[in-house]
Amino acid sequence: MDVAIVGIGIHPFGRHEGVSGRQQGAYAVREALKDAGVSWADIQFAVGGSHSAGDADSLVSDLGLTALPFVNVYNGCATGGSSLIMADTLIRSGAHDLGIVVGFDKHPRGAFDTDPATLGIGSWYGETGLMLTTQFFALKAQRYLHDHGISRSALAKVAVKAYYNGSLNPNAWRRLPLGEEEVNASVMLSHPLTQYMFCSPGEGGVALVLCRADRARKYTDKPVYLRSAELRSRLFGSFEVFSPWLAVERAESPSEQASRAAFEAAGIGPAEVDLAQVQDTDCGTEISHLAECGLCKHGEQEELLRTGATSIGGSLPVNTDGGCIANGEPIGASGLRQIHENVSQLRGAAGARQVPGEPKVAFSHVYGAPGVSACTVITT
Amino acid sequence: MTKSRLIDDGLFIQADDGPRLVGSSCRSCGTTTFPRQESCPKCTRVDMADSILPRRGTLWSFTVQGFRPKPPYAGPAEFVPYGVGYVELPGAVLVEAVLTENDPERLHIGDEMELVLRPLRRDPDGTEVLTFAFAPAR
Repeated sequence: MDVAIVGIGIHPFGRHEGVSGRQQGAYAVREALKDAGVSWADIQFAVGGSHSAGDADSLVSDLGLTALPFVNVYNGCATGGSSLIMADTLIRSGAHDLGIVVGFDKHPRGAFDTDPATLGIGSWYGETGLMLTTQFFALKAQRYLHDHGISRSALAKVAVKAYYNGSLNPNAWRRLPLGEEEVNASVMLSHPLTQYMFCSPGEGGVALVLCRADRARKYTDKPVYLRSAELRSRLFGSFEVFSPWLAVERAESPSEQASRAAFEAAGIGPAEVDLAQVQDTDCGTEISHLAECGLCKHGEQEELLRTGATSIGGSLPVNTDGGCIANGEPIGASGLRQIHENVSQLRGAAGARQVPGEPKVAFSHVYGAPGVSACTVITT
Repeated sequence: MTKSRLIDDGLFIQADDGPRLVGSSCRSCGTTTFPRQESCPKCTRVDMADSILPRRGTLWSFTVQGFRPKPPYAGPAEFVPYGVGYVELPGAVLVEAVLTENDPERLHIGDEMELVLRPLRRDPDGTEVLTFAFAPAR
């Protein structure tokens, strides 16, 4: 039983004083229901989560007490992807016909302040100033640029593209285009990454209505099919965020593992992808993740950026809605935002940022602590 | 004389040449971890012995922390940017550590580094709290 996405809803990303994360989640659910032309009472199951804005299953208080099974997912940056995998399995197995996934969040300003104890790391790691995601992304960028002969000037080009795409997206947080000079001149947070090369923790909500593929046209003229959704954690030897130590030997990353599994399960190769959303916590990771996901060769990224290949009109548009850099990262909602964007693009409904040429295959990839990745392939 | 203590005794072992970092080594497959842990993340067996880590290694990657981290960071009241890097200790592990050098132009992948102890802060009774760091090798 194949699975289709027949409704999408988003609460704009950014900062929304006085609006709780739960409210943003409920808003996204109502928008997705409206988009699919169904009511909350039609929904047979729900899966969702937030990292810091409350339990997703409590949304039934606002959406309606219909006794539906509602499973909370708490899986860091992979919360959205994991929710989608569960929903996909529930429909594919024949257990249910119509369900919804939802992700939302609301984080305070500034870098995440994760407690080392939640990851089994001693308090010394936080006290000595090592418990920062920003440091990992800088360390990864430094090593990646060194290993693959990419110049630091490539980093700012990623940010410029992100802010430009964000300026075309009414739901984005950062909607002001910025030039390379402004990006490079912003505060150096963690060498070689400046403030405008990083995404910020933020707020937002996204929901998707899914159904059995054979019933998709009951809800929409433009169904989009979920061909695969795969989740992976770390292998021994991979280089991941919040690692007090690394093995001397290097292994494939969760992104390499999850993306390959997603392409294999879909029976679609990276060369067939018309557009991609990849985790861009910072400019360095958009660059490295493109190659880790098989969308280009290691070291090829600088040329892709220079020629505009990853821009909306290019041969492989990447992070067409502005990515995490222009949307911020509300952890629970971030992975589902990518799917929302991919569905909008495949429907031809992405407005000013629409990828030309009627794209048919879209890929998404999230990465987060403590070394997890979730990838999906969707098609028309 | 100022009293001092190590930030976490579990990270160190007293060797002839002073405190050294200590990890665990798997008796079964030889994998080394830092800090100590009870089980081997590679072969999954629960058979680990203490392993004193080399004092010197090479810089694998680096950055400079440019803003004051939120708590639980417990560094000095006046924030000074600090280097952070992974140092590859040959045949053992890559250890993530504060670096004594905070000028990125003076750090290079492949630089020789050595273990030092460095004051982080003082306890309320004035005791100096020392942590490990790596300095460019002389």
